Parts: sequence; C-alpha cells; structure tokens
Amino acid sequence: MADGPVAELLLRRLEASDGGLDSAELAAELGVEHQAVVGAVKSLQALGEVIEAELRSTKRWELTSEGEEIAREGSHEARVFRSIPPEGLAQSELMRLPSGKVGISKAMSNKWIRVDKSTADGPRVFRVVDSMEDEVQRRLQMVQRGQAEKLGEKERSELRKRKLLAEVTLKTYWVSKGSAFSTSISKQETELSPEMISSGSWRDRPFKPYNFLAQGVLPDSGHLHPLLKVRSQFRQIFLEMGFTEMPTDNFIESSFWNFDALFQPQQHPARDQHDTFFLRDPAEALQLPMDYVQRVKRTHSQGGYGSQGYKYNWKLDEARKNLLRTHTTSASARVLYRLAQKKPFTPAKYFSIDRVFRNETLDATHLAEFHQIEGVVADHGLTLGHLMGVLREFFTKLGITQLRFKPAYNPYTEPSMEVFSYHPGLKKWVEVGNSGVFRPEMLLPMGLPENVSVIAWGLSLERPTMIKYGINNIRELVGHKVNLQMVYNSPLCRLDAKPRPPPTQEAA
Amino acid sequence: MNYALNLVWNLMKLYDLLCLEGLVRGLQVFKERIKPPVYKRVMPDGKIQKLIITEETAKIRPFAVAAVLRNIKFTKDRYDSFIELQEKLHQNICRKRALVAIGTHDLDTLSGPFTYTAKRPSDIKFKPLNKTKEYTACELMNIYKTDNHLKQYLHIIENKPLYPVISDSNGVVLSMPPIINGDHSRITVNTRNVFIECTGTDFTKAKIVLDIIVTMFSEYCEKQFTVEAAEVVFPNGKSYTFPELAYRKEIVRADLINKKVGIRETPENLAKLLTRMYLKSEVIGDGNQIEIEIPPTRADIIHACDIIEDAAIAYGYNNIQMTLPKTYTIANQFPLNKLTELLRHDMAAAGFTEVLTFALCSQEDIADKLGVDISATKAVHISNPKTAEFQVARTTLLPGLLKTIAANRKMPLPLKLFEISDIVIKDSNTDVGAKNYRHLCAVYYNKNPGFEIIHGLLDRIMQLLDVPPGEDKAGYVIRASEGPAFFPGRCAEIFAGGQSIGKLGVLHPDVITKFELTMPCSSLEINIEPFL
Repeated sequence: MADGPVAELLLRRLEASDGGLDSAELAAELGVEHQAVVGAVKSLQALGEVIEAELRSTKRWELTSEGEEIAREGSHEARVFRSIPPEGLAQSELMRLPSGKVGISKAMSNKWIRVDKSTADGPRVFRVVDSMEDEVQRRLQMVQRGQAEKLGEKERSELRKRKLLAEVTLKTYWVSKGSAFSTSISKQETELSPEMISSGSWRDRPFKPYNFLAQGVLPDSGHLHPLLKVRSQFRQIFLEMGFTEMPTDNFIESSFWNFDALFQPQQHPARDQHDTFFLRDPAEALQLPMDYVQRVKRTHSQGGYGSQGYKYNWKLDEARKNLLRTHTTSASARVLYRLAQKKPFTPAKYFSIDRVFRNETLDATHLAEFHQIEGVVADHGLTLGHLMGVLREFFTKLGITQLRFKPAYNPYTEPSMEVFSYHPGLKKWVEVGNSGVFRPEMLLPMGLPENVSVIAWGLSLERPTMIKYGINNIRELVGHKVNLQMVYNSPLCRLDAKPRPPPTQEAA
Repeated sequence: MNYALNLVWNLMKLYDLLCLEGLVRGLQVFKERIKPPVYKRVMPDGKIQKLIITEETAKIRPFAVAAVLRNIKFTKDRYDSFIELQEKLHQNICRKRALVAIGTHDLDTLSGPFTYTAKRPSDIKFKPLNKTKEYTACELMNIYKTDNHLKQYLHIIENKPLYPVISDSNGVVLSMPPIINGDHSRITVNTRNVFIECTGTDFTKAKIVLDIIVTMFSEYCEKQFTVEAAEVVFPNGKSYTFPELAYRKEIVRADLINKKVGIRETPENLAKLLTRMYLKSEVIGDGNQIEIEIPPTRADIIHACDIIEDAAIAYGYNNIQMTLPKTYTIANQFPLNKLTELLRHDMAAAGFTEVLTFALCSQEDIADKLGVDISATKAVHISNPKTAEFQVARTTLLPGLLKTIAANRKMPLPLKLFEISDIVIKDSNTDVGAKNYRHLCAVYYNKNPGFEIIHGLLDRIMQLLDVPPGEDKAGYVIRASEGPAFFPGRCAEIFAGGQSIGKLGVLHPDVITKFELTMPCSSLEINIEPFL
C-alpha cells in the first residue's frame, strides 16, 4: 500500500529519473507544499532501504508580505506620487493615505515632491517632476521572478533593511533509489495486534525491526533493603545448620542481663557512660531473678565454681540500671538461663540477628546502632576444636574458606579467639568475627551442668554487607539518609557467590 | 601464626598493658631462654616503712597499699618506662584513677611513718609537681581545670568535703591522690630508693597494681627481683604487709585441658606448654594432674579456664584439629521474625520499597513534629545522649520514613516506602519496665494524597494475614477517627479482631512541613503482633 499520493508520485518520478531528484523541485513540479514532499521522504525512509535521502540546505531570497504587496501595487513613495494631482494636495490629507507616512519622506528624499508651507490653509504638497521610475517595485519583481542574483549586494541589503526582502534557508532532500527500491511498497507494522492475529493478516505484513540496543522499561516494583536481604541470608544459613532463633525483641535491658550475668565486672570500661546508653526513664529494672542474682553477686565478689572471682563490692543498684543493650549476648544469656532451668539438660543451638546500641564516637563505619549476628551451641563436652569446626562450616556458607584464629580478650569468654579470613580483594587477612567459650563463672550460676560447654561467636551484619555491596559510608546503607536509588538497584544477596569486582562509583 | 606474636597478644591481654620489661621477660620465658624469675618480698635491714590510714578516708578513698624498691638503678630509658607504665595502669586497670591512683616518691627525701588521711581542701597546702610555689587544694583544683592532662581526674574528689592526702612524719605532703604528687619527693633518674603508694576504692585492684609495678621494676634493684615490704595500718588497728606477691597453686587435670581444647597431649607436654606461658607447671599425683604456680604477674588467671586458654595459645590455635560437634537439634524460627520475613516480601511485591531507619531519635521527631506532647508518647528516655539524635527510643516508625523521604526528595514520584521493625514503649508489666512492639508502617508520597492507595495496601495486608473485612470478631474494619498527625476528616482507626491495631490517613500539612516535605502524603502504621 502506498503511503499517500505524494509518496507514490515521488517513487514513480524517482523510477523514471536518472540518478535522483530534489524535493523542492519536485514540490514545484507537482504543485504541492514542499512539506508534503518532505513528509513523504521521511515515511519512505522509515521503511528501510527503499530510498536514500541526503539532506541539503540552500539559501534563497524571498519577499516578505509587505514586499509582495509592493511588487504588486508599487512602492509607498510611488503611490504617494501618483495620488498628488497637478494642483497639489493638502499634506494633512496625504498623511491619511495608507502609504502616506513612509511614502512622503521617501518621495521627498527622491526629490519627486515638495512641501509648500506658505499656503493659507496649511502645508501643501506638489509634484516636482512629471514622472518617475519605481525602482523598488521593479527590483522586488525581479526577486519574484527568481532573479535575486542579478541585484547588487547593496540593493538587496537596502530592501532587507526595509523589511521587504528576507533570506531564508531551505532544507531540501536529494532523493535517490535505495538498495530495496520498489514503486509498490507497503508500510511496516510496528506491533502485532489482536486484529492481525484473528484475521491472519500478520502473515502478509512486514514488521518494523526492534532496536535491541535500547534499554527496556523497568518494572514498577517495590524493593527490599540490601542490609535486610543480607540478614535474610544469614538467617537462612543458621536455619540450614539447625540453629533455633532466639527472641531478641527487647532493646531495653537491665545491666544485670547485659553485663553482670556475663561475669563482666561492674567497673568494666564498657559499663562507662561513654560507651553505653543508660536510661533516665525507666531508669531501673523492676524485677530480677533474685536467687540467680545472689549467685551472680557471690561469683563476682567472692568467687566460687572454681573461680577466684573479682573480689570487689558488687552492688545490686548497679545491676538494676537500665540501658539499651550493647550486644545481643544479653538475649543469649536469658535464653541460656531458661535452658538451664529445664531438667534434664537438652543440647541446643541458637542464633540471633538484631540491633545493638553503643554510645560511641560516630564515623564512616560506626553508627550508634548496628546489627549483631550471634551463634551459640550448648552441649556436653564441646571443645575449642568444635568451635573452630562450626565456624569453618558457617563461614564456608558465606563463601569464606580461608580462616585463621588469633587469641583475643573478651570479658565473658575464655578461651577467646578472633576469626580472620583472607580477603582476596584487599589482599590481606581481615577480622570477620569474634568467638569463644563462655566462662564457667557465667554458665554455672545459671544452673547449667558442670560438664556442659557453650561455644559462641558473633559478627556485625553491616560490615559484610558493606563489603558485599561496595559501600564505603555506613550512612548510605543504614538510616534515613539512605540512597533509595541504591536500594532500587541492589542485586540479590547470594553470599556464597564469587565476589565481583567492586562497582565503580556512579552518580545516583 | 607465629608463637611469639601469640604471646605478645596474650601479654597485652593483661589489662592491655605493655611495658617493655614485662614483654621481653615474657618472650624469653616463652622461648625457654630464661626461667621465670621468682619475686620475693624482703624485710628491710632497718625499720619497716609504715603507712597509717585514718578513718577520715573511709568516705572518699578507703584503701591504701605501699612498698619500697630499694637500691634501684634507673637509666633514662628505664625511668621513662617506669613513668609510662604508671600512666598506662592509670588509664586501664585503675579506670582513669577512679579505682586506684599510684604515687611514686624518692624515699630519701622523706621520713616515715606516713599518714594517709582526708582533710578539708582549705587545710591542704603544698608545692605540687612542676610548680614553683605552694597552693591550697582549693587553688589547685581551680588551676587544674585548664590542665589538659589532669582535668579528667578532678571529678573524682571535686565535690567531696574532704580530700585524701598523704604526708610524712614532718608534715611534708607526698601526694593528694588521685590528682597530683608533691614536688618535694619527686623521683628522678638518680633516685635510688622508691616509695610506692597506691590508694583507691577497690582494694583488690590496688594490690594488683602494686604487684605489677614492683614485679616489672624490681629487676633493676641491687638485689634483683626483691621488693622491700611496707606496713599499712588500717583505721581498725589491724596492720598488713605489702606487696602481697602471692604465688597461688592450682591443680588441673591434663585430660580436662585436652578435652576443653580438643587436643591429645601428654601431661608432660601440657606442663611444658604452660611453663612457657609464665605458669611454672609440673605433673604430680597419678601422673594425670598438673600443678600450676600462678605468679603475682598473672592476676588475670582466676579460673582453670584461664589456664586452659594459655595451654591452647601455647599449642597454637591454628594447630588445633577442627571437628564438628555431634549436637543434633531441630531449628525453629522466632514466630515474630518469621511473620516479619513473610510480610516484608509481600510488601515489596505490592510495590513498596523497604527502608531501615534508626531505633533512636530525638524527642522532637516522635512528639513535636507529630503534634503530640512527649509525655503522651510513653517513650523510653536515654540519660546520657551525646546529641539530640539519641534522646529517646522511637515510639512510632513514621518519623523515620518521613525523614527518609526528606533525604530522597530528588527521587521520582511517587515514593512508596515501608518498614517492619520494633518500637519501644514504657510498660511496667515487664521486668525492665519497657517493651518492644513490632510495627508495620507504610507511606505514599505524591502530588496527590493517595489515601485510596494506602487503604488498598491495608486491604492487601489483611488479605495476606487471612483477615476478612467485617465488623465481626474475626474481621477488620476502619472507623473515622482523629489524630494530631492527620488532616481533619482524613484519619481512620484500624480494628482487627475487635482491638485497635493502628491508624491510617492523610498526614496533616503541619507534619509534612515539619519534616521538610512539600507534597501530600498518606500513611499507615499497625502493630502486627496480634496476628501471630
């Protein structure tokens, strides 16, 4: 199907032509607007290789609408001259003519007319010469005939200054046959439609090719937060390993469960105002398990269970002080205490991932709150070798296989070991977690049997996430200053997948 | 990993202290180049130095211990290390001098017996270290307010009616602990006899600190590793001799060490490993028992587990065979977290994006900005926030979401955000007096308020929770309500199973403005715990 009569005519002329044709010339020959030809060229171009069209621009002089009027009816000065009878005309009457104002001054400077101001009834205008040549009209008519080139540069610019003539740029196409030239073309379809399917017309129609280099339209969707995607994966790993999730939905904790129960002495620096958020309201815990509290007090102040104790004056008031938990180990202590009350003892594996709070100095990698991941195993006869074995399995699931262990100090584990892994990107050993065996001074006052050991390890959720997603400033990840574009763009979290090169910093 | 480095770490573990003398000695013992020295307390040839504590100290700083390093030989390096050790002890085990403060004096400039008492600040007058004239204690406290090093210690005694002070039999002031020593008795490189006093509020720590100082520096005494005793008379008339330099013996079964570490070493080998860790050990009894001598330098060893750790460190953590425990367990999720995990995925599927905001915030965020009085929030208040960002625990998730929008105003509209996390409310029915609640909050921010979108999200959530619409016990319904955070007439309360679980509505323009936003916004916040 031809795309309109102009396109059809264009193709016929082109078939007959020798080499090609100009769109403007064609428009003149066909007696149609140039725009109509241009439209036909463009629609034929869209069909592929039917025609080739080369854009050319030419400059041309054209009359303005005033210029056309003058070419038709003569210049203003000529019209003034002609309207003056031999006996002259009152200037005021002349001024009322449409060409009056411009015409008088031009005719004066051409010395065709004169003004006599001595007459009784106001100034009067008289002819000076009997006849004149209207050069302006003649020149404009030349331009109309396409002979603008015959005028001098000075003459043209004078006409342009009078706004009678304008130079226009004309964009035309030089059209020639394309490699798939045919006079019987039909328009390509853009998309398959239900009608085409039902009528079967799709069989006979060409379809416009897709541009596979263009980007698709992203689906309108919600997104999960990258840190919490990593949290889900850690939960998954613990569940795969048979660990039960501990309740941690209590941000507020007493110093007793946060420190004392863990055999952390009351003068320990971590219990300083500088490191821990204490509460003004509610300032103190209302209830503590007093039997157990007595055993904890005795272990701190006098020793027992094979321990020398810290030998200081343990104060209940200090233990009652409420705070925002500084670690999830406080929740682990509650769970282990509950486990100890169940007789007979049943082995247990626990984990938790939740928020903890530190009144610390903030920087690019430290916030006042972060997520702690903790794993705990309680059973008869657990060894340091078991702790290392469990850690190896855990970290293997994170895609970390090279581990090393270093002695460390931790107030409530003994032995304690820091866990290091080799980071191929950073080309060095980096700390990935902390671990140890809970002290007997923590476990025995709870009521756990003497031959039961509890191994535990912990790490932060933020650090592996920042490494995973190549984030340098923790504020871009956690809190309200998060970059939502980063959230929208973040990939799936597959912790054991091979690490990719760190993403280059892209503007959001 | 390197054995020697392990040992350095282990020694650093001792109250984070690191003095060259102790470290070098520890390494030499570990490499079996030397035997661990035996520290001895000796009685003086002449009269024993006496420190008498009066009862006035009871209310401010009741404990004091003392010892003498006789015929010591300092060099510039040794002297510097001696001063540095005291400073490190002050920062760590002494808890910035609050628990213990150390004073070291040139004994030859003084004459005992010494008196440790407490006096009114106006009655204390002496020439302190590095000053050229005498000042009263009141004047000194003023002067030191601008002293970068000393100002941190002033609070320990500042508001007390009596200040602690130690003086000799002629009334010469040795020190005003825990602030400053007297200039008269200052030690120099040329000092030969050093009188050491440690005062404090923790008797055990004071004794440990004294032991550490004398064990580290008795090496430079004429009779190496000997320390001259001093007598301290307490207000009750009882007198004690210091330093204690107590050697304690512990007996640990070899198989216990093997079992706890997960190794199989002979008792003899274990004893050897422990001896290299500065714990002189030998196999006794039935051949399975190890007797370990704990020297005064190892105050960190308070339980057999500490000895077991030293054996493991000497063995080398990375030489231990890794094994998996046979602990058989069935895993369970915490029901509240299980529900949260399921819901958040479907919230994202419903087109909302998850955010993660802080649990701590300012009072303004949860009260003023939402048009609520802080006393009505039942919020938990923090007593020692460093900035206003940490004044309270949030009682609603909404401020965090609105702040997230404010920080992302350049993002294309609409913004559809949600968070499922905990808020905290005071509750006297719990042991600590506060309780977390798991909330779900969602906001829609666009050129139009989009109440129908938030309402539709509620319908979808209820669909997911299998709660049908309806007034009956099993259903959910929303009823017109009011709230200071909402535009009048555009707020409804949500009831499920007959109880109120939250509100939804179009936010009040004042709320929008206070959170530095410019577009209409509707929100939804519910407690999801009733759906467990």
